[in-house]
Amino acid sequence: MSETDTEGRRIANEARDRVRFEEEALGLSDQVFRVARGLVNSREEAEDLVQQTYERAFRSWRSFTPGTNLRAWLLRILTNLNIDRARRVKRRPETQPMEEGDYFLYNKLEESAGRPLEEERVVERLSQDDVVGALSAVPHDFRDVLVLVDIGDFSYQDAAQILDIPIGTVMSRLHRARRVLKHELADRAVEAT
Amino acid sequence: MQPFLDRSLSLEEQVSVETHLETCPWCSNRFRFEQELRGYVRVACSEEMPPSLKAKLAALRTPLL
Repeated sequence: MSETDTEGRRIANEARDRVRFEEEALGLSDQVFRVARGLVNSREEAEDLVQQTYERAFRSWRSFTPGTNLRAWLLRILTNLNIDRARRVKRRPETQPMEEGDYFLYNKLEESAGRPLEEERVVERLSQDDVVGALSAVPHDFRDVLVLVDIGDFSYQDAAQILDIPIGTVMSRLHRARRVLKHELADRAVEAT
Repeated sequence: MQPFLDRSLSLEEQVSVETHLETCPWCSNRFRFEQELRGYVRVACSEEMPPSLKAKLAALRTPLL
């Protein structure tokens, strides 16, 4: 086989791998968008973030190892871009430590109802806007973990890898994020009653 | 409760939580509430990707020669 043939074959193989990579990545775009939407405060920001993610992914596709988790790889690009973006915009001040426990929201709703919440449904007390608003009030380091685990359905291990933090940090941030979210939801739910 | 909801307990721990929930209304009310809250947060934050964005992403593909 001549050298030109070998070179031609290499180029053809690379083109094939690249098309496959791009198609697979595009097939995950709904899931990537869903996570992006949870991470930022507006749909426009989420759209920009997803577009930048795909631009970067398609440029650096060679650094993806075939057979590994492509969704996690894409979300790692996305969360890094989001961290850069968040550094540019003014950071929200740290919230005060939460003294109350995991059942803050439940207890607040129970208190305002004056009885245990037996068959009562959460959805009857909170609108979609309440949830989106409450999520946007969670400081972004905590929010990233919450969105990946609770909305993106990633394991602690995957979230740790995507955000490049230890698994213990994922767990503590998740714990904290859920508490902040519940405080925010409680404010909105109690206001509504 | 949170590790139980995250399914990050060992099988043994999980069974003991489940057994407890069957007999304790205080905990089972809170469990149901927490479970429903998570589902609701997930649904409330799910927004369909706009078709215009999908088209923009598709346009980023490398053109075939």
